Amino acid sequence: MKFNIYDLSSFTSSINQTLMENCSPFWAVTIEMVLVGIAILSFYAIVGLYLVYAERKVCAFMQCRVGPNRVGPYGFFQTIADLIKLLMKELIPIKNADKFLFNLAPFIVIIASFMALAAIPFAKGLHAIDFNIGIFYVMAVTSIGVIGILLAGWSSNNKYSLIGAMRSGAQIVSYELSVGLSLVTIVILSGSLQLSTIVEAQRDGWFLFTGHIPALIAFLVFLVAATAETNRGPFDLAEAESELTAGFHTEYSGIKFAFFFLAEYMNMFIVASIAATMFLGGWMPLHVGGWEAFNNIMDFVPPFFWYIGKTAVVIFIMMWFKWTFPRLRIDQLLTLEWKYLLPINLVNIIIMSFVVLMGWHF
Amino acid sequence: MRSIINYLKEIFGTVRALLKGMGVTGYYFVHPREIVTQQYPENRATLKMFDRFKGEVVMPHDENNEHHCTACGICEMNCPNGSIEIISKIQLTPEGKKKKVIAKHIYHLGMCTFCNLCIKTCPSNAIIMEQTFEHAVFNRAKLTKVLNQPGSKLSKGDKK
Repeated sequence: MKFNIYDLSSFTSSINQTLMENCSPFWAVTIEMVLVGIAILSFYAIVGLYLVYAERKVCAFMQCRVGPNRVGPYGFFQTIADLIKLLMKELIPIKNADKFLFNLAPFIVIIASFMALAAIPFAKGLHAIDFNIGIFYVMAVTSIGVIGILLAGWSSNNKYSLIGAMRSGAQIVSYELSVGLSLVTIVILSGSLQLSTIVEAQRDGWFLFTGHIPALIAFLVFLVAATAETNRGPFDLAEAESELTAGFHTEYSGIKFAFFFLAEYMNMFIVASIAATMFLGGWMPLHVGGWEAFNNIMDFVPPFFWYIGKTAVVIFIMMWFKWTFPRLRIDQLLTLEWKYLLPINLVNIIIMSFVVLMGWHF
Repeated sequence: MRSIINYLKEIFGTVRALLKGMGVTGYYFVHPREIVTQQYPENRATLKMFDRFKGEVVMPHDENNEHHCTACGICEMNCPNGSIEIISKIQLTPEGKKKKVIAKHIYHLGMCTFCNLCIKTCPSNAIIMEQTFEHAVFNRAKLTKVLNQPGSKLSKGDKK
């Protein structure tokens, strides 16, 4: 079995070959699916837990605090301890709640983020499914999450939850437009919806640089809209601790609450990795067209670390937003989308089309 | 035309204001020296409580085991929740006069709200607030303290 950290496609194809030789195609595909499922599941758990830890530390440092520092060195095992606590907590059944939908909601939220994870290129060859409509698929699947939030709010039979869910619905329906249009701007530049092609097209420079002004505007709009898409501060009206106790997940306890919590952080990870893939070149190292020596030095860092690094930068920016800005009111939220982001985005698409037509991009 | 200029002005003004806010939090993020958290068990040796911190009522005694308490009972009367009990006894002075002295100044730490009224009203400044704070005990009875030390007597300077 060949293992090359710079190109994992040989590794994955050798696994495929071994399986194909030893069993029938049906079982080979089944085993591969199970393996990918386990890999994504463990990745999900680890990333989710450590994003919670990272968020608490970042938040603490921004507020002149220390953050978790008791469980393990620098509080490194704090979130694991929290998870164990949540696993052992009682799941409180809610009287008059719609039992079936109430139990279904957290799974819909978490499955939506799972499905999105499958289409994201983590490194060269480390890519579960390479759809030819990859970015469209990710957009479509992440929007399913809002159904889970709406169901959670509705089935809880609680006014706070319902208000939170309705706000979340209004918010996601509007911000989906901005996310989609800012990604369309990049699709115009790359000429493809397939994520692997998009990454490959950034070999000589990330789209953020090759697309210059329109790509930069699209990136900023995407950052704002994606923060709103994930229901994070300053757009966390769906939870709004001070007004709605906890919004749509008020009535959830124990591990079901943890599912919502994990899904929120995973959604943040997913939008950050989409931002990294579409604007910052995904796993592609920092290349400048023509600088051979520089490009070769950059190639020494394995693609997976490039991907993780870029995603971490975007995640940090989103955390920075959350711990700096005050929460918006619902009318301000919709004003921002419909009066500012959407017109800017539409003008930006025209500019981008023009740039691509005239060949003004690099 | 003017409305478009105002629109753009508004956008850039907003972005500038938001970046300014992010600058503040970003500054704190990269300057861990600004952290104000006291990490308690580690800094126990150097930890100094602020001046107005009220930990517990104590009765200071000097080197001759003498205090200033005249057993007047004003602190007991002023205590809003009965945390102080004064038990006094009558003693004969060498001149043959009868005199009230303190037998036990009982202080229930568990009931105290640290309102400072006893210290404020004490006419002879016999009791003060100490800045200790590690009051946890395994038995509630240990929270009842006798403030005057055994065998102590009224300081010579304070004549009744």
